Amino acid sequence: MSTAGKAKRRKRSQLSLIWFRFRKNKLAMLGLIIFLMMIFMAAYVSIFGDYEKAITMDMPNKLQTPSAAHLFGTDQFGRDILMRMMFGARISLSVGLLTMVLSLVVGSLIGAAAGYYGGKVDNLLMRIMDVFLAIPSTLLAISIVAALGQGMFNLLLATAVSQIPAFARVVRSAILTVKGQDYIEAARACGMRGGRIILRHILPNAMGPIIVQATLNIARTILGISSLSFVGLGISPPTPEWGSMLSEGKTMMRYYPHLILIPGAAIALAVMSLNLIGDGLRDALDPRLKN
Amino acid sequence: MMSEPILKIENLHVIYKTDESTVYAVNGVDLELFSGETLGLVGETGAGKTTTALSIMRLLPDKIGKVVHGSITLEGTDVLTATEADMRLLRGSTVSMIFQDPMTSLNPTITVGNQIGEVLYLHRPGISHADIEAGVDNILEMVGIPAGRKNDYPHQFSGGMKQRIVIAIALACEPKLLLADEPTTALDVTIQAQVLEMMNELKDKLDTSMILITHDLGVVAQTCDKVAIMYAGEIVEYGTAEDVFNGKNKHPYTKGLFGSIPDFTKKAYRLSPIEGLMPDPTDLPAGCKFHDRCPYCMDICRTQNAPAIREGSHMIRCHLMAAGGKGEAWE
Amino acid sequence: MSIPLIETRNLKKYFDTPRGMLHAVDGVNISIQAGNTLGVVGESGCGKSTLGRTILQLIKPTSGEVLYNGQNIAGYNERQMASIRRDMQIIFQDPFSSLNPRMTVRDIIAEPIRVCKLCHGNAEIYERVNKLMDTVGLASRFENAYPHELDGGRRQRIGIARALAVEPKFIVCDEPVSALDVSIQAQILNLLMDLQSDMGLTYMFITHDLSVVKHISNEIAVMYLGQCVERVNSDRLFENPLHPYTKALLAAIPIPKLMPRKRGAGIIKGEVSNPIDPKPGCRFASRCPNASERCLSEELRLVEAEPGHFVACALYE
Repeated sequence: MSTAGKAKRRKRSQLSLIWFRFRKNKLAMLGLIIFLMMIFMAAYVSIFGDYEKAITMDMPNKLQTPSAAHLFGTDQFGRDILMRMMFGARISLSVGLLTMVLSLVVGSLIGAAAGYYGGKVDNLLMRIMDVFLAIPSTLLAISIVAALGQGMFNLLLATAVSQIPAFARVVRSAILTVKGQDYIEAARACGMRGGRIILRHILPNAMGPIIVQATLNIARTILGISSLSFVGLGISPPTPEWGSMLSEGKTMMRYYPHLILIPGAAIALAVMSLNLIGDGLRDALDPRLKN
Repeated sequence: MMSEPILKIENLHVIYKTDESTVYAVNGVDLELFSGETLGLVGETGAGKTTTALSIMRLLPDKIGKVVHGSITLEGTDVLTATEADMRLLRGSTVSMIFQDPMTSLNPTITVGNQIGEVLYLHRPGISHADIEAGVDNILEMVGIPAGRKNDYPHQFSGGMKQRIVIAIALACEPKLLLADEPTTALDVTIQAQVLEMMNELKDKLDTSMILITHDLGVVAQTCDKVAIMYAGEIVEYGTAEDVFNGKNKHPYTKGLFGSIPDFTKKAYRLSPIEGLMPDPTDLPAGCKFHDRCPYCMDICRTQNAPAIREGSHMIRCHLMAAGGKGEAWE
Repeated sequence: MSIPLIETRNLKKYFDTPRGMLHAVDGVNISIQAGNTLGVVGESGCGKSTLGRTILQLIKPTSGEVLYNGQNIAGYNERQMASIRRDMQIIFQDPFSSLNPRMTVRDIIAEPIRVCKLCHGNAEIYERVNKLMDTVGLASRFENAYPHELDGGRRQRIGIARALAVEPKFIVCDEPVSALDVSIQAQILNLLMDLQSDMGLTYMFITHDLSVVKHISNEIAVMYLGQCVERVNSDRLFENPLHPYTKALLAAIPIPKLMPRKRGAGIIKGEVSNPIDPKPGCRFASRCPNASERCLSEELRLVEAEPGHFVACALYE
């Protein structure tokens, strides 16, 4: 299995190499394109869209099915669903991504420390995580928002905190499998410190399960925000947001299915594209899977 | 003078085909094994030893591994054309195989007694429960494990004991041929000595033929009657143990193998290893497969396959032998 | 005699396991003079790898001393070890798990240089990496390859280059050739011996293979269940092994020569148990053909049976 011949001089940098491998994965590229389009839509919707249409009630025109005037129809208050969906992307995507990043970073650090140092550190950190896990994540988020008060930042914080234990667990177990490898010991033998070993040797090799967890996490966050909105602690009513569109339309879905189909499709598309990106990224980051 | 061989392999070619590449694992192997003989199949990683053994069992990985040429006859059965049902009968009762790692060859959730009993049950239709129990006790005693431990689980045994149990399972139906793939490599030396000793005794007692796959010429010297040295899917040297260890001619690769082994019976000296590496099995060199590592490489070696030169029971596949005018070249 | 480069005094490492206290290393005294090689031989579970790691302070010893150049480093914390880490390196058995699969060959070798700040600037570091690759016989075209693209022998060379990168004085070689094919094994052994004579390295060579150890060592320590049972210069060990375990080990090595097969001669019965809460007395007693009452009760110490030849056995007291 000597592939010596293939190990030619490679001048390209790590990043361009990762990009090169990522690009070869057609599904991942599809995911990336879809996701970039959604981001683009969220960023520039105000240029061609009308925010007023998304929030002002227009009772005479309520619950219309799709037509030329309202491409995706209107909701029970006569608001244009297309506009609500497009403006909703702003909050849903940004909260989803930011929560993911926040819980990923904090959860990874906690999980990494617990996994790497083991013993008492592990016990202490993971028992704290267990306490958080024992409380249903929605309930936890509700109590945090209730305690800190409403607002975008607190919402972010609340959803992130409720996701941290899941990350910590995944990262910890991924790290335990890597920790036993000899190259960790070799790094210690030349005097490398714990933090650097975690960042340079352990986390990159524990990436796969972490990325999968991260992409699943976004979907959960978007839906989680809707349940917070539902009890009045999330995004306040007129502001469009996918999760709350979904929960508002739920009551009428038997007669007006488009009320939930549109935001549902948006969430599904966002989650799917992120999953594809996640899979592609996981493979692209692993040099063993190339060629 | 001799009866029919138990195993006859003729011109066996095996490839592993994946989407990206084709591995030429075995490239024209001929072997014969008679009743009671032990053949040592020696070579390094990737020489095709295990592939040869798996072909005999017809256990090559599905869809990937394929015999492209040649024939294998086992006790009169053509292994390559037999039905799967026939093969299932053959495996275990006529031929069985021991793998290198005793830790993964046993099912951790079944007692060792039941694992041995299962083989008896499968291959002796209508055997009574009492007979199975008696058989299991008998076999365990045979490999040196008290029958009282048959209700223990694999993890309760040490590595050497586990390998004994694996051997017990392989020998449960007294097969005619035992394929042992590096059976002692994972064991400590003192345990290896015990297990080899036991295998030697059992083989004599049951009159089983054996193919012992190993990379250790020391193990071969202690156990084998015949030796085949494999390199890049070919047998480069074949003969009785006497021929290979003490014969006046050796294949350059065999010479290199002997030179690589530190010999503690001599004063310290620098080892004379074979330079270079095994060729890439997806892209084998033309001519003699060993030519780019061979210190005696000639022009002809680069272009033409080496001929098998025989001298009595001793075969060496090398141009050098042909050039020396010894024996008769064909192919 | 001058101060040995490495010395252990009554070194112990116990692990607390659910089944009891595991005496992995139990009162081992060894010493290695600079430029020499000590071979440490024993079967799996005899504590030879733990001994190596304890000397390097990768595992903290339970008690006892580890002297490096006469200075007791046992119990040093990471900061105190920082200056000594450079001098002591390790080469691992498994060429697959010892290299980070996500780093290129060049980065793997450059890392210790960066950590120890031996050179500054990438140009200088990479020049040094190239020199090291040359030293261990790795073609420079592999510098951007990943470990999984290379075979076992080349991977082991990377491991050696990484250990050499910080210019160590002492290297623990933990079964560096056991996972390799015979012909590659010989290449790596020759390389290690060349490096030793060129750079004046001191090795502790851990292995289960007596024929390899004889080849490379000046002195050999035979270990059994956490204890050193025999210690002598390597030629003498093979000429005149004293401890029954050493004799059994020697008898068990398959010699690649045809000899009249001596059935059963010298093969010892039984298996290596484990040193969890060991009973007093000689740990080999249960397998020993010469065991007497005394062996089961008394703790045995290494005694000098002949000049420079130490053995822990009741037969020689």
